[in-house]
Amino acid sequence: MTTLPQLTQKKLGLVIDLDTCVGCHACVISCKGWNTENYGAPLSDQNAYGADNSGTFLNRVHSFEVQPTGDDAAAQLIHFPKSCLHCEDAPCVTVCPTGASYKREEDGIVLVNEQDCIGCGLCAWACPYGARELDAAEGVMKKCTLCVDRIYNENLEEVDRVPTCVRTCPSGARHFGDLGDENSDVSKLVAERGGMDLMPEQGTKPVNKYLPPRPKDALPEFDILAPFLEPVAQEAKGFLGWLDKTLEKL
Amino acid sequence: MHPAPSVIVFTTFSGLGFGLMFWLGIDPTPPTGWVAFVFWLIAYVMGVGGLLASTFHLGRPERAIKAFSQWRSSWLSREGIAAVATLVVMALYGLGLVFFGSAWQPLGWLGAIGALATVFTTSMIYAQMKTIPRWNTKLTPAMFLSLSLAGGALLKGNVTMAVVLLAIAGVIQVVTWVQGDQAFANSGTTMATATGLGDIGKVRAFEPPHTGTNYLMREFIHVIGRKHSQKLRIISVLLAVVIPVILLLLPIGHWIALVAVISHIAGVLASRWLFFAEAEHVVGLYYGKR
Repeated sequence: MTTLPQLTQKKLGLVIDLDTCVGCHACVISCKGWNTENYGAPLSDQNAYGADNSGTFLNRVHSFEVQPTGDDAAAQLIHFPKSCLHCEDAPCVTVCPTGASYKREEDGIVLVNEQDCIGCGLCAWACPYGARELDAAEGVMKKCTLCVDRIYNENLEEVDRVPTCVRTCPSGARHFGDLGDENSDVSKLVAERGGMDLMPEQGTKPVNKYLPPRPKDALPEFDILAPFLEPVAQEAKGFLGWLDKTLEKL
Repeated sequence: MHPAPSVIVFTTFSGLGFGLMFWLGIDPTPPTGWVAFVFWLIAYVMGVGGLLASTFHLGRPERAIKAFSQWRSSWLSREGIAAVATLVVMALYGLGLVFFGSAWQPLGWLGAIGALATVFTTSMIYAQMKTIPRWNTKLTPAMFLSLSLAGGALLKGNVTMAVVLLAIAGVIQVVTWVQGDQAFANSGTTMATATGLGDIGKVRAFEPPHTGTNYLMREFIHVIGRKHSQKLRIISVLLAVVIPVILLLLPIGHWIALVAVISHIAGVLASRWLFFAEAEHVVGLYYGKR
C-alpha cells in the first residue's frame, strides 16, 4: 500500500559523519557487493569494461569543495556519502502506482517489492536525493534497503547485524540505529553534534541525519614571546636584494 | 529532465484524443453514422495510442495492470483508472451514435467529465513533483487542460470555440514559461541546502561519485537543446496557436482545417519537448549541474 504509515515507533536509519568520512568509497563497494549477492535483483553494470560504463549503485560518495567566507580561510574538501534517507514523509512511496514502494510500519524502512514494480521511474522523479536508480538489466527500481536482510539476520554474528556500509566503514563515519528513540546512541550523537536534514525545505522529513564538519582549528602561535621578537630579516640582501631594488626602479 | 519520446507522444496525443472526446460527449446534436465513426476513430486512435506509447518507457510493461491499484495516493494510478473508465463509457456512447444513430446523452456527459479528469490526472503526475520546481505549480494542469480542450475543439471543428480556447491556451503557455524560468530560484533549494554545508561557505561540486554517467544523470540532467529554448518557444506558439487561429478565421474548408490541425499538433509536440527538456530536477545540485 502506497499510503504512508501515520507514525512509526522505530525509525531505523543512518547517521553520517561528514567530519570523519575520508571518501574511500568502501561503503559504496560493500553495498554493491552485498546487494548484488543477496536480497532482490542484482545491481547490474552495463558495459563495465568499456569506455561508456554505467551501473546501478544504492550508495554514492560525492565530494564537495567549500570555500569559507572568512578572509583567507582555506578551502575545505568534504566527502559526502548519499543513499536513501528513509524519509518519514517519503514522496517516492505515495507516487507509486502499483503499491511496490512502501514504508514499513514496524521500523520505517522504505522498500520496493520488486515483483510489483513496473519500472515507471516516477518514484525516482519524486525523490530529491537521487536515492533510487532503475536497474537497466532488471527494469525495476533499486534502492537502499538499510540491509534489511542483515540487521534482523540471526544467522549472522551480532556484530554484523548492521548495514554493510556501516560495518565496512574504516573511519567510523557511519552509524546505524533507531532515530525514533531519543536515548539511542545515534540520537545522542545527532543531538551532540547538531545533526542536520538534507533539503529540509522539500518537506520529506528524512530519518537519516548528517553530522556537519567540525570547525577547523586555527593555527596557534608557536611561542607566547613570538610577537615580541624582532623579525630576523627585514630586507633582502645579496642577489635577491639587488634584484628587488632593480625591479623596483623600473 | 530527459525528454523521452514515448512520454512526449503520450501526453500530446492522449491530450488531443481526450479533448476531442470531451467535445463529442457534450455535443447536444452529435454526429451519427459514418461521420460519428470517423470522429470516434480519431479520438480513440489518439487517446489509446497515447496510452500505449506511455507503456514503452516502463521497465516492466508486462505488469502494467498493477498500476490501477493505488488510486488512494498515486496520480499515475488515478490517471490509468480515469483513462480506462472514460474509454469504456465513451465506447458505449460512440456505439450508440455510430450503429444505432441514437445519442445516449448521460453517457456522453459522464464520458466528458472522465475525459477532463484523465487530462487533469495526467497533468498532476507532473505538477505534484516538488523536486521539479518548474512543474510544481497550478499552471501545469491549467496548461494541459487548456491545450487539450483547444486541440479537441479544433479536431471537432467547433471553430469559434477553438479560436477562443487556442488564444487562452497560448496565454497560459506563455505565462507558464515566464513563471517557470524563476521557479527553481524561488523553490529555495540550492547546493547549500542539498549538502547542508552552506553555513561554512560557498559550496562547489569537486568530484562526482563516478567517472562515467548513471541513471540519475541520464534521466534528470538534460542540458542538450536548452540553448535553443527561446527559438523553440516562439516556433511552438506560432505552430500551436497563431497559425491555427489565422487559418480558422479564413473561410474554412476541410483541407485548411487539416493544415491547422497538423500545425497545432507540431506546436504542442514542441511545447511538450520543452516541458521536459527545460525542467530541472533538484538532484542535479549534487552534481553541481541543473
